[in-house]
Amino acid sequence: MGIDFKALQETVKQRFGEQVLAWSEFRGQYGLHVKSGRIVEVLRFLRDDPATKFVMLTDVTCVDGLKLPETMEQGFPERFAVVYHLYSLEHNDRLRVKAFVPEDPCEIDSAAGLWAAANWGEREVFDLFGINFRGHPDLRRILMPANYEGHPLRKDYPLKGRGERDNFPKYTEIPEA
Amino acid sequence: MATTESVDIRKVAPNAAKAVGSTIQMNLGPQHPATHGTLRFKLEVSGETIVKCDPEIGFLHTGFEKLGEYRNYNQFVVITDRANYLSPLNNNIGFAIACEDLFGITVPPRGQYLRVIMAELSRLADHVVSVGLQAMDLGAFSAMLWTFIEREKLYDIFEAVTGARLTTSWTRVGGIFRDVPADFETLVRGFLAKFPALLDEIELMLSRNKIFMDRTVGVSALTKEQAVSYGVTGPVLRATGVPYDVRRAKPYLCYSDLKFDVPIRNEGDVYARYLVRMEEMRQSVRIVEQALDKLPDGPVNSVDHKVTLPPKEMVYWDMESLIHHFKIVMPGHGIKPPQNEIYSSTEAPNGELGFYIVSDGTGLPYRIRIRPPSFYNLATFPLQTQNGLLSDAVASLSSLNIIAGELDR
Repeated sequence: MGIDFKALQETVKQRFGEQVLAWSEFRGQYGLHVKSGRIVEVLRFLRDDPATKFVMLTDVTCVDGLKLPETMEQGFPERFAVVYHLYSLEHNDRLRVKAFVPEDPCEIDSAAGLWAAANWGEREVFDLFGINFRGHPDLRRILMPANYEGHPLRKDYPLKGRGERDNFPKYTEIPEA
Repeated sequence: MATTESVDIRKVAPNAAKAVGSTIQMNLGPQHPATHGTLRFKLEVSGETIVKCDPEIGFLHTGFEKLGEYRNYNQFVVITDRANYLSPLNNNIGFAIACEDLFGITVPPRGQYLRVIMAELSRLADHVVSVGLQAMDLGAFSAMLWTFIEREKLYDIFEAVTGARLTTSWTRVGGIFRDVPADFETLVRGFLAKFPALLDEIELMLSRNKIFMDRTVGVSALTKEQAVSYGVTGPVLRATGVPYDVRRAKPYLCYSDLKFDVPIRNEGDVYARYLVRMEEMRQSVRIVEQALDKLPDGPVNSVDHKVTLPPKEMVYWDMESLIHHFKIVMPGHGIKPPQNEIYSSTEAPNGELGFYIVSDGTGLPYRIRIRPPSFYNLATFPLQTQNGLLSDAVASLSSLNIIAGELDR
């Protein structure tokens, strides 16, 4: 049981060479940091390769690196990191894949063709972080209202909002039926 | 003698005739008792058959993840209560474990066993009500009343231990906020002695009930491949035949010392989910009994007082403890994790509850992500209800046990 991450590092390096930025390891959890260009190929390889078989996409989320301290900035080449948590039922192991996305153009290819779970997960990232997933079948807001402006989980979005509560539309007199 | 003759629908009901062959739009929710919270489904139905279903969620979006970036690690425990409000203890414990993984500290054995006992009691409270509501949605009202009585008894235990029935906020990073009361074991054993009788009674009433089976067997079935691809976890996944349970796959706390089975079924339908939940409750009873037998004495909190508060008496006469206390509670000081990131998951009643924490080394987390099981489970709902009957959608929804609090966060 368990995946041989040393061997996996070699294979990924051979196949995707310049795409790989770094590997991280913390308390037994491994992370693969890649550029966003060929992300779908990387994920497809990790899903289908018999040595990994990450058949389950546990979660898709995102981290905004805007306010990271200087000591952590080297590991964060672009503003956003889309984070995929993969799980292999066969090998009972996890892997975190981080793909870095610049602020402009804020785009990455969608993984919805690989796992159905990516559909809603990416919709949420689009909604709260404003990252466009190219090729997503149904890219709409999911948690915030459809006419909402802005992306609340970005670090430059204030905690108390931009006055939406104060400017909430309301009737000043009782409308005619 | 009764005869039948063909009726020309165009003459009898001209409006209905226009609808034949076309579909109509209708709403399920957001205010409907069978939606279990505020969520809305835009349905396109042809007669009684659902052609298309589009879930619309977010009515309860409260910005937990944004709020988490402005709260320190112990303050966020309060927010986890509100995520899944049917099993707040499981959320508290899952978050505390994630923090402890990040800080690299371990909880003493007594703390671990107490957490396991409370997590399993909370699972009982969640599952039993889930089964009761599932029966109620299909017309069996008495099962719901019985199960709510049992949950009240469980909430009495939670109140004795945590001081609250729902907003428990029981854990702290590195332990729990206080040891359990002296009569804890009596309370729990008293409950466990009577609880399996209720399970027998529910099984007697539902498991071979013709109406219940007609409404659930073969309804909204998911295959193994579909469930895995959608990232479904918990009883819904195990009902499709995948034996994935975080307690077994990646044991946390003291689950590796306890004997329990992971029940699975292969049908993947609503009935299988009900059976899995019933069997899981029996296993939870087994786990709590073992944990009570083995419950060790000793401290409940980690002795690393850079993370956990020192005992109050110590603060009064020991200089070092006073400093630790001050450093933990003052804003701008707080407990400092390493600059790194962690994903940690536990088995909540609805499935895998994960916390992904990115820390920048200060007292406040840089980013907290809650991986809610309900969110990924509900994503399968359009697939489950496709070409099914409208009444089956209600059965399917209650078997998913969607909690809007963690769905929308």
